[in-house]
Amino acid sequence: MADAPTAQLAYGRTELDDHDHLPTSTGLSNEKLTMWAFLGSECLLFGALISVYLLVRNVPDELEGVGVKISEAFDIPFTSVSAFVLLMSSLTMVLAVQAIAQGDDKQTRLWLMTTGLFGTIFLAGQVYEFTIFYNEGFGYTTNISTSAFYTLTGFHGVHVALGIVMLASLWYMSHAGRLTQKNAETVEIVGLYWHFVDIVWIVIFGIVYLIP
Amino acid sequence: MAIIEHEPGEILELESGEPSAPADRGVGLFRRPTDNTGWRSWLFTVDHKKLGIMYGAVAMWWFFVGGIEALLVRVQLWGPEGAALTASEYNQLFTMHGTTMVFLVVMPLAAAFANYIVPLQIGARDVAFPRMNALGLWIFVVAGIFLNLSWFTGGGADCGWFCYSPNSGLAYSPGTGVDYYAIGLQIAGIASLVGAVNLIVTILNMRAPGMELRHLPIFTWMILVVQFLLLFALPVITVALFLLTFDRSFDANFFNVEQGADPLLWQHLFWIFGHPEVYILILPSFGIVSETLPVFSRKPLFGYTFVVFSGIGIGFMGWGVWAHHMFASGLGPVSVAAFSATTMFIAVPTGVKILNWIATMWGGNIRFTVAMMFSISLVSMFTIGGLSGVMHSVAASDTQQTDSYFIVAHFHYVLFGGALMGLFAGMYYWWPKMFGHFLDEGLGKWHFWLVLVGFNATFGPMHIVGLQGQARRHYTYPEEAGFAFWNQVATIGAFIILIAMLIFAYNILRSASRYKRGEIPQAPADPWDGRTLEWSIPSPTPEHNFDYTPVVTQLDDFWHKKYATNDEGKLVKIADGNEIAQKGDQHPHLPSPSYWPIVLSMGFPLIGLGIIYNLAIAAVGLIVIIGSIYGWALEPATDPNAPGHDHHDDDDHDGDGGESAETEEAPVG
Repeated sequence: MADAPTAQLAYGRTELDDHDHLPTSTGLSNEKLTMWAFLGSECLLFGALISVYLLVRNVPDELEGVGVKISEAFDIPFTSVSAFVLLMSSLTMVLAVQAIAQGDDKQTRLWLMTTGLFGTIFLAGQVYEFTIFYNEGFGYTTNISTSAFYTLTGFHGVHVALGIVMLASLWYMSHAGRLTQKNAETVEIVGLYWHFVDIVWIVIFGIVYLIP
Repeated sequence: MAIIEHEPGEILELESGEPSAPADRGVGLFRRPTDNTGWRSWLFTVDHKKLGIMYGAVAMWWFFVGGIEALLVRVQLWGPEGAALTASEYNQLFTMHGTTMVFLVVMPLAAAFANYIVPLQIGARDVAFPRMNALGLWIFVVAGIFLNLSWFTGGGADCGWFCYSPNSGLAYSPGTGVDYYAIGLQIAGIASLVGAVNLIVTILNMRAPGMELRHLPIFTWMILVVQFLLLFALPVITVALFLLTFDRSFDANFFNVEQGADPLLWQHLFWIFGHPEVYILILPSFGIVSETLPVFSRKPLFGYTFVVFSGIGIGFMGWGVWAHHMFASGLGPVSVAAFSATTMFIAVPTGVKILNWIATMWGGNIRFTVAMMFSISLVSMFTIGGLSGVMHSVAASDTQQTDSYFIVAHFHYVLFGGALMGLFAGMYYWWPKMFGHFLDEGLGKWHFWLVLVGFNATFGPMHIVGLQGQARRHYTYPEEAGFAFWNQVATIGAFIILIAMLIFAYNILRSASRYKRGEIPQAPADPWDGRTLEWSIPSPTPEHNFDYTPVVTQLDDFWHKKYATNDEGKLVKIADGNEIAQKGDQHPHLPSPSYWPIVLSMGFPLIGLGIIYNLAIAAVGLIVIIGSIYGWALEPATDPNAPGHDHHDDDDHDGDGGESAETEEAPVG
């Protein structure tokens, strides 16, 4: 509604007739703008967590008797595979958004489920990885680099888990007939969140795992 | 001037962005609350006006608590070797005083005005997400209670409001006070984040037709800047507080010096949040006085664009100055020089604002109402605090002043003399719009002068003793230091402030009861000859705010409906604000009250207690939260069974305002 209104409408009614869908000032829906704002905030959350890890990851090298830094335990090929699975889930998420926009409920459910499944595989990989690390002697409390690593990847894992819960809820709502083409934006907004979580993992994978 | 077209029957729906009901049935455990009056109408409300008033009321309660804490500190410092408090009690009191005043008083008071005024200034019926708004309030309420629970479980936090590590670790703070501090602030942060997202979307998306950003009232502009600061600053303190909690509760090593931790990590994280936080505290007040000074000077704000852009400038530059809190920590000359320079720079946009306010008053036809007096005192007192702030930007000088009472004087001049003075100006200014009657101006003047005198008596002398070397956070000082005289002045000043606040409280109660008994008249819609849209609707604000969505064509649109230039180029009054104001006689459909926000908020303190004592409690909290989220998501924003506008008149809800008994049958003046 950036256009200057006509004079005869001053202080009176507006010409907006569609009561349920008043256009917003920016043209973006409130829900979508909310998600963008929230993701902006999340950038700083992960930015701070990644910074903390980078600051402390090599501390055990410099100090006697505090153990070995966590990056000694990384299994790059394994994590690459799970990162690839998570990346692919972004593709299936796009397909889900596409499907509901076209009103294809069956395809929507299929791709929502695939996305959730990929997310679950990633999480399972993370749990497996953590278990291996733990058995190799890298506990949460072992030293400062392990604390920072588990906190960072743990926060990301919780975000993935929340995303899976959202996807499952969408799947159920679609199954119950409460999620149809006119709610396509809801799926799109969950998609925004899901892509964000994926991108954060790409950053974490690049910075935490690949940079020695 | 038929400014308002009355066309009953053509009523706009609320511009709420909540998703429309997925089905015509409510899903949930409870029946929807429907009360319009009584305590239920407050507990379960989603009305931004009631929520704003509750933010204010709860903040005033914590203001009282934080004030008592400050007075105890002042009593302890009355004479050398004070013995009123033990060292431990003193540490807890100044820590909780600072934490309370920052997070439970100034921030929520700003949130109160933001909630109440912003939708009115942009011509909206409510905020974008009314239930999320209620959630923000209730999370803030439980956060305040949670923080202060620590008094009853072994003592409050005693590490200063910024709680430096390793002092905050288990080794030096073995009690639960720091746990309550870390988790309590975490919960308060969630409240602010929810509010910030909601207000950003509201301001960007729900402006009245024609209200471009360059027409946005200045208070709304400053609130928008503050919400962006909150959006980006809060996650940083969130991380810091998580690290602290994980260290204390789960034996992580972030601040464990034996493991090679760097104590500066906490300081950096805290102040990356902490310095934007300073502007989060002050910018709402800057916005308030940018509204009051033009109205009471009968002049437009001098350099609106400059004030807006300097506000945005402060918002950006506020991110590049945090290390000036750490000059004495050994950052190295390059960092110190860089942050010294940025700190000097940030004085420029602030100075621009001060010059604009002075130029606004210059040559104006000034009305010395209490709101105006508080506004002027903000301009002058904040300037004093700002000048000592510029002194701190000089690192060499700051090294001398760090941790002395000079610093205490400085930040009280900007936060009390700045933020609080502005908030009081806002209270006197908007009181008639919120409650339908004025606060007594006579008592208000007593309030103002006593605050001004008491404030300067309290914090002025701290400059002197600070430069003489009195250290902050020390619970005693020796007799031979010679600090006693100025400390006694400060303590007397603190009690003068107490008297002033008691007068303020009396003023509120007396004005309300006189209004109820009809001894003082109802405030008209436009009592101050205002410039912004909140004055174009009746006082007190009707439940639905606007009968018709106003259409805006310029800055200060409402004022331009009242004044115009005649043929000779002179400014003449063409309409009376009270006559052209909307009548508040429509009954649009409003979002329905909801149980879920308050239920959901209860989950957070349970999780907090669980982390401190037993994780089983946290599991209960988590279940409460998840269950509430589902209940919330499945509940339509507007109850389809709620009385609609067609048969609204038939039921027993009172009148148009319908908020509380005192608005009943109040004719618009």
